[in-house]
Amino acid sequence: MAERKVSWGPRDSHTLIGKEITRLDGLDKASGFAKYTADMNQEGTLYARLLTCKHGKAKITRINVEPAKKVAGVHTVYLFKNEGDDCNWDGDIVAAVAAETADIAEDGVRAIEVTFEEHPHFVDEQDLAGAREAKVTKEGIVDRTVGDPDKAITEADVVHEGYYGIHTISHMCLEPHGAHCTWNNGDEGPKLTARHSTQAVSTTGPQFASKFGLDAADVRVICNFIGGGFGSKFAADEWGWAAAQMSKDTGRPVRLMLDRPTELKTPGTRPSGFANVTLAAKKSGRITAWKSHHWGTSGPQGGTIDGNQMPYVFEFENKKVEATGIMTNCGPNRAWRAPNHPQLCAITDTAMTDLAAKLGMDPVDLYKANFDQLDRFAAEKGDVYRAELDRAAELMGWKEKFHAPGKGGKGPVKRGVGVALHRWGGRAGASTCTVKVHQDGAAEIFLGSQDLGTGTRTIIAAVLAETFGLDIHQVKVHIGSSDYPKANPSGGSITVGGVSGPTRRAAQNALWSLFDKVAAKYNVEADSLKAGGGQFWSGDKAVCSWKDACRLVGPMPLEVQGNGPEDDGLTDQLVGGVQMADVSVDTETGIVRINRMVAVQDTGLVINELTAKSQVYGGLIMGIAYALTEERIMDNKTGRYINADMENYRLPRIGDIGELVVEMYQPDSEYNRGVVGLGEPPVISTGAAIANAVANATGVRVPVLPMTPKRVLDALKGGRA
Amino acid sequence: MRPFEYVSPTTETEAVNALNGHDGQTMVLAGGTDLISLLQRDAVQTKRVVDIKKIESLKSIQQVDDGVLIGATVTLDEALESPLLAGHDSIAQVIDGHRAIQIQSSGTLVGDLCQMPQCWYFRNGYGILGRKDGESLVELGDNRYHAVFGNAGPAKFVCASRFAPSMVAWGAKVRVIGPGPDDEQFVPLEYFFVTPRLESQGVNVLKPGQLVTHVWLPTAADVKSGAYEVLESKGLDRPQAAAAVCLQTEGDFVRDACIVMGHVAPTPWIAHEAARALVGQRLDEDMAGHIGDVAVSKATPLSMNEYKVAMARAAVKRSLLRAVGKLDDVLV
Repeated sequence: MAERKVSWGPRDSHTLIGKEITRLDGLDKASGFAKYTADMNQEGTLYARLLTCKHGKAKITRINVEPAKKVAGVHTVYLFKNEGDDCNWDGDIVAAVAAETADIAEDGVRAIEVTFEEHPHFVDEQDLAGAREAKVTKEGIVDRTVGDPDKAITEADVVHEGYYGIHTISHMCLEPHGAHCTWNNGDEGPKLTARHSTQAVSTTGPQFASKFGLDAADVRVICNFIGGGFGSKFAADEWGWAAAQMSKDTGRPVRLMLDRPTELKTPGTRPSGFANVTLAAKKSGRITAWKSHHWGTSGPQGGTIDGNQMPYVFEFENKKVEATGIMTNCGPNRAWRAPNHPQLCAITDTAMTDLAAKLGMDPVDLYKANFDQLDRFAAEKGDVYRAELDRAAELMGWKEKFHAPGKGGKGPVKRGVGVALHRWGGRAGASTCTVKVHQDGAAEIFLGSQDLGTGTRTIIAAVLAETFGLDIHQVKVHIGSSDYPKANPSGGSITVGGVSGPTRRAAQNALWSLFDKVAAKYNVEADSLKAGGGQFWSGDKAVCSWKDACRLVGPMPLEVQGNGPEDDGLTDQLVGGVQMADVSVDTETGIVRINRMVAVQDTGLVINELTAKSQVYGGLIMGIAYALTEERIMDNKTGRYINADMENYRLPRIGDIGELVVEMYQPDSEYNRGVVGLGEPPVISTGAAIANAVANATGVRVPVLPMTPKRVLDALKGGRA
Repeated sequence: MRPFEYVSPTTETEAVNALNGHDGQTMVLAGGTDLISLLQRDAVQTKRVVDIKKIESLKSIQQVDDGVLIGATVTLDEALESPLLAGHDSIAQVIDGHRAIQIQSSGTLVGDLCQMPQCWYFRNGYGILGRKDGESLVELGDNRYHAVFGNAGPAKFVCASRFAPSMVAWGAKVRVIGPGPDDEQFVPLEYFFVTPRLESQGVNVLKPGQLVTHVWLPTAADVKSGAYEVLESKGLDRPQAAAAVCLQTEGDFVRDACIVMGHVAPTPWIAHEAARALVGQRLDEDMAGHIGDVAVSKATPLSMNEYKVAMARAAVKRSLLRAVGKLDDVLV
């Protein structure tokens, strides 16, 4: 018998893999049948509401929850903080009240007697001088010199100095953070069931267990659907514990979802970065030096964006990178889709485009002139970037549209184009699956994974069905429970590789086992067998149906485990990606409109063309948001997150998106790499590309994202945004 | 949301009676597009919500001798479809600019005129003046969306109404009833809005127990009108500056003009000087820009909102050009 080797097989052999496959749960979601944590209304459920701090910084000098407990319908109060504790930002959670209805819980919150002693706050993350004066900086958190940048700057033909920045944003999950917890005596099933809005079904259970002194085996975490996480939903979180504790205290299920302002203020934000940058180059475009000093905030702990990856994608022979963190009375940070990368890109790629302008070069040519200086992550990507730049330029009509900065038209509305590029890892996460094939032909798979809305469920089904030669609706996928075999938390774009590898391995092993049974029964060579169209084939001869084959399994199902990652070629890591923007800038009103965005993205083997493209569309839309409208606005006077609502925290509407052109870059060389994750990369270079397009249109750099009308008009008037 | 009484009267008299209850700590619900969220975030409190949607006399748009009378529960979409308003271009332009089915199908024109400020200090519980411990949070804090005119006193919010500029330019009046059972008056819309010096003064002339039942607009006749709102988003949004104009023209020349800016002051802001400068002039792009300059020349921006002056200028310029059908030629 020939050696059986797990592989994806020839590209043209697939009926599902690489095709556009509609999400299996799409209809349920669109029609409201999908139940999210926020939808859980189990009989007897109590609803929780929160008391939060409404000052930038304050001490709780007195808190009395007894009046709240006396409100009719209130069952319990959970204290996050006690008398004497500090609150370090507006939105810091003080207490939760659980009651028969949400309105009663609100009455309970209002009945809590609490006194805050206000302390001075610092919230202006852009104001380095002010932060130094207030003594809230952490100096030199990065201070790294390579080569001799000052000498290189002196010897350069062209030197560009610029100021760039990108503000803090919140995750703005449509479904807020929270949990629905049910505590029981453990007679039937686990003692604690946490229906948790989480990106980490397999890893949050122990966080609940250790908090309550339970065995990890006594906790079950369930999340079938999640309404957005973007990197902010990996922990059980104190509000999850609060829900569990209140359920334990009352003997009733408790649902605690953060309210919208708290959702924006407390469970994490993306840190800001503002930078002074110097770039030096030869006339040829070869960049010889980079110098930058950046600062920003990640909240009270005082970090900013990662300086170790500055500049982004490139590693110039001479560089100096410094960073200063600012401790602010702003909410804390959490991973936000491609942590650090969008900010690094918004500082690096904008400065490079401005340098190109000074050199009189097309920025596409400037990139190409420096692909021998890619950093260690992107080192092998030069040819891919080149091909992607060329393809993006075609799709954009770059050569026709690009012009010298400021030559964007005679009327008040100016038009321009911009480009930026990115990289990401996307290795496969560690997961295990169990595949079961029953004698009646039913095929199912179990994984403690989660579908963030990106199509994980559909991808697992596609790989299983493809391997078995079945229709995608003939297989059942079970995910979203910690009872199932472990799967990686969905962060870092590791899930598609993480689940598709084990699924393929288990399914191929199961199939080979069926081949052996069929070969014996029907007297054919096992090696000659293939599965397709619900049949088993030997050459072009139909041997038996899938169901006939499954009958040979017997009353005990055929059960196979798959593991990953393994070094068998099913998965890989490292992607590039190029984006271009075409914008119109109304110079009288400061409003920027997106005409067209082009994204060309490599990601190895694409399992589902539809959801892969969806990821890129979603990345572009999120990128448009942080490029133009979306930001946390901290009010210096009150120290409060003043726009923490859906009216003032501005997200783009459908009409603001423009035309999005997405192309997956997938020559055979990409297919042959195997699966690489895609979740994060498409959001990275959008902001820089749009910023560069605005600079190209107007001839003026709007230095800080988002480029609101205010910042555009201020920049056009000569001020610093 | 705090508990409140809900009543739904069927006549104007019943409505006035209901509004007079609880010492006037009552509020009117028409479309509910803003009141509900204000109650949810506890920015306003009320003992009783008086839902006026069942009052027959408020539901229609009627031709009256010298104009058009629009009832308080007429929605934006109903107004857009009414032949009686076909000549009031600036009103239709503002309705169209809402770009939000929900607001257009349940929001009302009169409700818009009575809207509370969008000011984030107000919405976060600091009152319409946005003051705390004797200080103006607006003046010392983040005032990027606040007033650039009429902001010398304690009120620095901007009037939230989107129809006020165009309706003031048309010379609209509102019919106010209450607090007495037979009290009825027509107030020129220009004088309906107030710039409060005290928190208790509110944003318009309505006293407890009073209600706007209708807004009256003169017949369009040969008046040319145009509105321009500076909207950052192509979806549901609120203007950061706006302007509306009504013009009497002879050929390319302007015989009479009224220019009103919106979202720049606690009330709609009439640009008298700019209107005077326009009379007798030929209206082209350069002249429109010049009139925009005149309209904003006396602006007094706060620490963070100088950009709004440029926006207001653009709004004036563009509303003038739109009124004479020349805007599309400029914005290419």
